[in-house]
Amino acid sequence: MYEYAFLAIVVIAAAGYFLGRSRAVAVSPQGRGVGLHSLPAYYGAYVALWVGLPVLVLVLIWLSLQGPAVDQLLLASLPEELLAGKGEGEIDLIVSEIKSIAGGRIFGEPDRAVLDAAESYNRWHDIADMAMLVVVLAGALGALVLTRSRIAAGFRARHGVERILTWLMIFCSVVAILTTLGIIFSLLFESFRFFARVPFYEFLFGLNWEPQIPIRKDQVAGLGAFGAIPVFLGTILIAFIAMLVAGPVGLLSAIYLAEYASPRFRGAVKPILEILAGIPTVVYGFFAVLTVAPALRDFGDMIGLDIAPNSALVAGAVMGIMIIPFISSLSDDAFAAVPQAMRDASYGLGATQSETILSVLIPAALPGIVGGFLLAVSRAIGETMIVVMAAGLIANLTANPFEAVTTVTVQIVTLLIGDTEFDSPKTLAAFALGLVLFTATLILNIVALRIVRKYREKYE
Amino acid sequence: MSNQTMDVRAGSLLDKTDAASRRVRRRHAANRRMQAYGLGAIGFAVLLLGILIGSLIWSGGQAFFQTRIDFTVHVDPAKINRDDLYRSNWRAIVQDSFMELFPDVDNPRERRAAAGILSSGAPYVLRDRVISDPELIGQTIRVSLPASDPIDQFNKGVITRDVPEDQRIVTDQVIAWYDRLEAEGRFSTPVNWSLITEADSRFPEMAGLSGAITGSFYALLVCFLISFPVGIASAVYLEEFAPKNRFTDLIEVNINNLAAVPSVVFGLLGLAVFLQFFGLPRSAPLVGGMVLSLMTLPTIIIATRSALKAVPPSIREAAFGVGASRHQVVIHHVIPLAMPGAMTGTIIGLAQALGETAPLLLIGMNAFITSDPGGLMDPATALPTQIFIWADSPERGFVARTSAAILVLIGFLISMNLIAVLLRQRFQRKW
Repeated sequence: MYEYAFLAIVVIAAAGYFLGRSRAVAVSPQGRGVGLHSLPAYYGAYVALWVGLPVLVLVLIWLSLQGPAVDQLLLASLPEELLAGKGEGEIDLIVSEIKSIAGGRIFGEPDRAVLDAAESYNRWHDIADMAMLVVVLAGALGALVLTRSRIAAGFRARHGVERILTWLMIFCSVVAILTTLGIIFSLLFESFRFFARVPFYEFLFGLNWEPQIPIRKDQVAGLGAFGAIPVFLGTILIAFIAMLVAGPVGLLSAIYLAEYASPRFRGAVKPILEILAGIPTVVYGFFAVLTVAPALRDFGDMIGLDIAPNSALVAGAVMGIMIIPFISSLSDDAFAAVPQAMRDASYGLGATQSETILSVLIPAALPGIVGGFLLAVSRAIGETMIVVMAAGLIANLTANPFEAVTTVTVQIVTLLIGDTEFDSPKTLAAFALGLVLFTATLILNIVALRIVRKYREKYE
Repeated sequence: MSNQTMDVRAGSLLDKTDAASRRVRRRHAANRRMQAYGLGAIGFAVLLLGILIGSLIWSGGQAFFQTRIDFTVHVDPAKINRDDLYRSNWRAIVQDSFMELFPDVDNPRERRAAAGILSSGAPYVLRDRVISDPELIGQTIRVSLPASDPIDQFNKGVITRDVPEDQRIVTDQVIAWYDRLEAEGRFSTPVNWSLITEADSRFPEMAGLSGAITGSFYALLVCFLISFPVGIASAVYLEEFAPKNRFTDLIEVNINNLAAVPSVVFGLLGLAVFLQFFGLPRSAPLVGGMVLSLMTLPTIIIATRSALKAVPPSIREAAFGVGASRHQVVIHHVIPLAMPGAMTGTIIGLAQALGETAPLLLIGMNAFITSDPGGLMDPATALPTQIFIWADSPERGFVARTSAAILVLIGFLISMNLIAVLLRQRFQRKW
C-alpha cells in the first residue's frame, strides 16, 4: 500500500509543477511568463515542493508509527483468558504467532482466539493503509489547490523555493547529528536496562564471562556471568598482536615508499598496498580460517608448540595484514609533511639517507606516526568479521597468544545472532559491550586526531 | 706529529685512513640495510596479498565447474500427481531411473551408497524442468544431473585414491562404480552456471549466489537512494551556505566521528532503533540498506566537499556577475562541475557498503532462503553474509563455494572501483 502512497505523491507533485507553471504563465502581466517576479519554473517548483514535502513527511511518520500502534491495539484486544497468568515472554510468543498467522504461515492448530486476533490484525492494517492513502490524497490535493491560488505576478516564488531548499539541506546535514544521537541513546538506554539487572562494577571488573548460561527464568543462577575483563583483555591482546605485525611492516614500507622508492615504483606499489584495505573483512576472516590457521598449526607441531585452532595469534596476525595499508599511508603522509629543507640540511651535514630518516624525519614526523598508530589501534579494536571467524567464542583469561581468546565485537555478534529478545540480560549485555567499544574507539580517535592536528600546525 | 692533529685529520672528508673509511662503509651499510628492511616490508605485504588471492583462486576455481552425471530418466506418470506437480514423488522417479545403472546392486545398504553418487538435490532439478515443460511426463528423457558433493570432490581430485579407505568419505566400492560410470562416459564437468543463477541450498553442489546478489542489490539500492541525496545536500550546505558557527562545527565533528565508528556499532543502532523501536521487519534489505547508508554518508560527504572545493571561485563570481542568486550559482554551475567527484566518492562508498558484513549480521540479514527475495521487506541475505554462512558450513564443498563467492564479491568490488576510476579520468578537469 505504501508504494501507492509514494506513487500518488510523485504524480500529484509532478502535476503541481505543471499546474503552477501554467498558472504563473497565465497570470503574468505581459503574458507568456514575462513580467513575473521569478521565472515560471520557480512557480511550478514552489507548488510541487509544497504539495510533495509535507505529505511525504506525513507518510514517513505514519509508516513508522503504524506498526507499533497496531501492535498496541492488538495487545489491548486480546481476550483475558489468553493472557491470564502469563509472563512477558509468553505474551510476546503469542503476539509473534498471531503475526505469523496474519502473514499466512500457519503451523499446527492454533487457538480460535489467536486466529480471530490474526484476522483483526490484518483488518486493522488494511484500515490503516486505506486511511493513509486517503489522507495522502486529500492532503496533497488540498495543498495543490491552496498553493496554486497564491500564485500572482508579484509572488516571490524563487525566494520561497530557495528557502525550502536551504531547510532541506540543513535537515540533511543534521542527519549526521541524529545518527550520532541515535547511537548514543540506543547504547545508553539498553545498557542502563542491563545495568539494572547486572551491577555496573561486576560487568567492568568481573573475571568470569559466561553469558550463554541463562536460558530459563526459574533456573538456579538464572543469570550468566557478566564479568567482562577477559573479553577486554582478549580484545587488547589481539589488537596488540595486530599492531605487532602491522606497525613495523607499515612503517618500514612507508619509509621506503617516501624516501627511497623511485616515482614509478611508488606509483605501482601504493595502489597494491591499498588493495589490502579494500578487501572486505569477511574475506580476511575466511583467509585466516582456511589458510593461516592450518599453516600456523602445522608450524607449531613442527617446533613442538601447541597452537589452538582459534588462536589469538591467527586472528591478530591476519588483522595486522588488514591494517598495514592504514599505517603505511598515514605514516607516508606524515613523512610527506616534513619540509624538504630539513632533509637538505641533514644531507648537507653529510648524513646518509638512513641517518636522516632515523634522526631527522622520524622525530619530526613522530606525532603524525603516533596519531596514525592510534587510529589503527581503534580500527583493530572495532574490527569484527576477522575475529568473529578466526578468534574464539569462549572468554579465556590469558595472555598466551597461542590460546583462543574472545573479543568485544565477537561477543556482540554471538550474543545477538538469532536472538533479539530485548528483555534478557544476554541481549542487553551486547549493548553494554557496544557502549564500551564505542567509548574506547571514540577516545582513541579524538586523541589521535588531536595529536595529528597539533603536529600539523608546526610547519604551516 | 701530535695525536691531536691526527684526530682532526681523521674527521676530514679527504682522509682515507682505515678507521674513517671503515666508518663510512659501516654507515653506508646501515643505509643499505634500512633500504632492504623497507623493501622487505613491502615484499612481505605484497606476498601476503598474493597468497590471499592465490589461495582463493586455487580453492575457489573448482567451484566454477560442477560434476554432472548423464543418464536417462523415465518420467513415470504413475508417480506424478498431476494436480500438484510440485509435491509429486520426484525422488522416487530419479532414484529408480538412476538405480538402473546398477543392475547388480540389490541389498539396501549398497543401494543407499549407490544412490549417494547423485546429489540429493537432483530431484528438484528434474522437477523444475518438468514443471516448466509438462509435455515431458510419460517420456524417457536424457538428463544431466549434478553429482553429490563427495563425488564432485573426487572427480576434481580433491579426494584422492591413495588416502586409506577409512579416512575418506568415498569408499572403494563407490570408486569402483565411479570408474565404471566414467568408462561409460557418463561424467561431465561443465561450467557451473547455477552458482550465479540459483539461490542458497543445504547441498553445496546445488547452492548458488543469486539470492545473495539480489539481496545485496536491494540493500545497495536503498543505501544509494538515501545516502546520495542526503550526502550531496549536506555537503553542499556545509561547503556553500553554512555560516561558521557552533552548530555547523558540531555537524562537522559529527561527520568525522561517524567515519570512525566501528561498523558493528551501526548494527546495534539498526537493531535498537529500526527493528525494535520502529518495528521494521528483521532480515529485510530495507533495514540493511538504511544501516549501510548511515555508514556511507561520511564518505560521500567528504568526497563531495572536496569536489566542491575544487571548483574555482571565478566560476561562482562569473555567475554572480550576471545576476544569479546564490542557489542558482550552486545548482546551475557549481554542482554540475562537482558531480563527477561526488559520483566517484559515492561509488567508492557503495563499494565499501557492499563488503560490509557485521551490521548486516546483527539485523539478521543472514537468512537462509532458497529463493530470491522478492522485495525490500522480504527476508534476505547479502553477498558478504552469504560468504559468512558458507564459511561456517561443515560440508567440504562449501569451502570451494565460499572461495568462489569471495571471487564474485571481489569481482563486483573491482568493477565498481574501475567505474570510479574511469569516471574520475573521463570527467575530472584541471582548472
